[in-house]
Amino acid sequence: MSEFANDPGRSFYRTENIPQSSPPVSTIGVLGWMRANLFSSPFNTALTLVTLYLLYSVVPPLFQWAFIDSLLVGESNKDCRGIAGACWVLVPKRFGQYIYGFYPEPERWRVNLTFILFFLNLLPVLSDRVPGRTFAALFLVFGFPVVAFVLLHGAFGLESVPTNKWGGLTLTLVFASVAILFSLPIGILLALGRRSEMPVIRTICVAFIELWRAVPLITVLFMASFVLPLFTPEGVNANELLRALIGFTMFSSAYMAEVVRGGLQALPKGQTEAAQALGLNYWKSMQLIILPQALKIVIPGIVNTFIALFKDTALVSIIGLFDLLLVARSAVTDPKWLGLEHESYIFAAVIYFIFCFGMSRYSLWLERKLDTGHRT
Amino acid sequence: MKKHLFTVLSAFAAVAVIASAAFAASPTLETVKKRGNLICGVNTGLTGFSAPDDKGVWRGFDVDYCRGISAAIFGNPDKVTYKPLTGKTRFPALQSGEIDVLSRNTTWTFKRDVNLGFEFVGVLYYDGQGFITRKSLGVKSAKELGGASVCIQTGTTTELNLADFFRSNKMKFKSVVVEDAAEARQNYAANRCDAYTTDRSGLAAQRSVLKNPADHVILPEIISKEPLGPVVRHGDNVWGDIARWVRNALIVAEELGITSKNVDAMKKSSNPEIKRMLGQEGDFGSMLGLPKDWAYNVIKGVGNYSEIYERHIGPKTAIGLARGYNQLWTKGGILYSPPFR
Repeated sequence: MSEFANDPGRSFYRTENIPQSSPPVSTIGVLGWMRANLFSSPFNTALTLVTLYLLYSVVPPLFQWAFIDSLLVGESNKDCRGIAGACWVLVPKRFGQYIYGFYPEPERWRVNLTFILFFLNLLPVLSDRVPGRTFAALFLVFGFPVVAFVLLHGAFGLESVPTNKWGGLTLTLVFASVAILFSLPIGILLALGRRSEMPVIRTICVAFIELWRAVPLITVLFMASFVLPLFTPEGVNANELLRALIGFTMFSSAYMAEVVRGGLQALPKGQTEAAQALGLNYWKSMQLIILPQALKIVIPGIVNTFIALFKDTALVSIIGLFDLLLVARSAVTDPKWLGLEHESYIFAAVIYFIFCFGMSRYSLWLERKLDTGHRT
Repeated sequence: MKKHLFTVLSAFAAVAVIASAAFAASPTLETVKKRGNLICGVNTGLTGFSAPDDKGVWRGFDVDYCRGISAAIFGNPDKVTYKPLTGKTRFPALQSGEIDVLSRNTTWTFKRDVNLGFEFVGVLYYDGQGFITRKSLGVKSAKELGGASVCIQTGTTTELNLADFFRSNKMKFKSVVVEDAAEARQNYAANRCDAYTTDRSGLAAQRSVLKNPADHVILPEIISKEPLGPVVRHGDNVWGDIARWVRNALIVAEELGITSKNVDAMKKSSNPEIKRMLGQEGDFGSMLGLPKDWAYNVIKGVGNYSEIYERHIGPKTAIGLARGYNQLWTKGGILYSPPFR
């Protein structure tokens, strides 16, 4: 027979594993990642190279301009002569105005306090790790505006600060948060109303939504600010800020309603029928079955609207309200700061970016948290 | 006896009628007094004319006029609430009564005066469209700009004025259209146009932030009339008179050499016009419904025309505008005021 059979100690197969060798260098580590993601095809390689070149030609000079050749402290634009890079001198000098507008300096702690309280109130609403969500949400809409008004405007012994002194980031945040806070509940009601089977309610909601959506925001602000007082008797002028705020909120509610309606329509009819079969009345079925699912679907749409709202607040500068953008613009008309437009606008842009980016990250986190894997 | 009573009564009535004519009341003035401050519409930001400083205090040429009215009414120049307005919102704001007076570099034109129902109370600043160009080009007059490329803001009357000017002088030009003043300056600085045109006050402000202001020259031609002045609503003539005579007081004070520094000493002057103006003689204040020393308060509070000018836009400021047309009529300008008589 064969010689193997006579020698049981000698096998034709291995008795131990070959030591694992590492994968080819070109598929792992940085190199592998680059190969897979940056140079996977000639087209991608070309794209990568072009992008790298663009980054190379933009980022270092920008960095040099903004941080290295720049000047941070100075007295006026005269100090900027001979500075090749950015001349940030007006930012520290006017920082207070960017943030608080014309709010009197000794009273600015009230603005800070208002926004700290706002954030504390917002926490339970944003995250379920903090208890008391329902109460916090109700308080946010019905209680907090009163608190904020007392703090910002002044009452009960606090010195009164008329709204024409509010400005800068404060005003932007007041506009954005009021519009966001109120447009969501109003928008949900409008969306439900539009899908209602009661003709009067449906007609009112459709008319409201279509009317506000058909008008440009600038027109709304303009009407609220200057045309409305033409019709009211002299001396009965409601506060200008309030008028603009109401117009702004109505406008955003109409948009919000349509976003929410998108979510409602995406739900299969079976959900409503199931809720009815359980014996739930309309409001209960909405609260427990329909809205939680519908709103989850439209989180990206809602946050999209919020971000658009936040940036739309810049339009109030058209009616002369000193929001962040107008503060940035008027800062460079001071003879002391003439010619520093880039610096002023970039600073404002960075602030806008921080807030919008924050909102967008929050929405991503929320989507991931609420993801139940129901995908079709 | 009865006849006597009748005579006395009618005499009383006549006095009352005369008195009410002489001391006519202004509803706007009453509102302002009751409110305790003047609401003045100003530009949201125009260098030298109106802009908030680092502390948030409004400063500028137009702003000082508002302060002047406040001083005339309250004896204190700081009782003003400023309402920043854009080019689009200034007229609706005045029409709707949001503001008491508009002091926002507004050009006096036929349509605005007549059609919009406003009253321009006088010219506070004579502006006009001009050109700035590089000294190295060797151009001495705008009439030598044939073939030049000109930076210009889009959608303004300056655009039309420019076309008219070149056409009437049979010259060609290339326009480089930009959105705002800062962009125009940057294009001009980057040599993308040979000249830049806008109101001369704006040219001066933009020149002051060019790299070497001395390398640029503002040409002598003025190709359009831009008389800027304060505006009030139709329908309250006494209020219009107040606005007009605050403006006039600033000019007459310069004419008579009254400044914020010497106004106290000037009270003792024997010059009858000074006496009338400062309330030492006659009762001009009460004819306007103002205190007797209203003009004294104006000058004490904000200074005369020249002081305001030098403070915000004059040669010693960053903007560095010479008086030009805005010099007194006695010194070669066209600034003129009716007398205090």
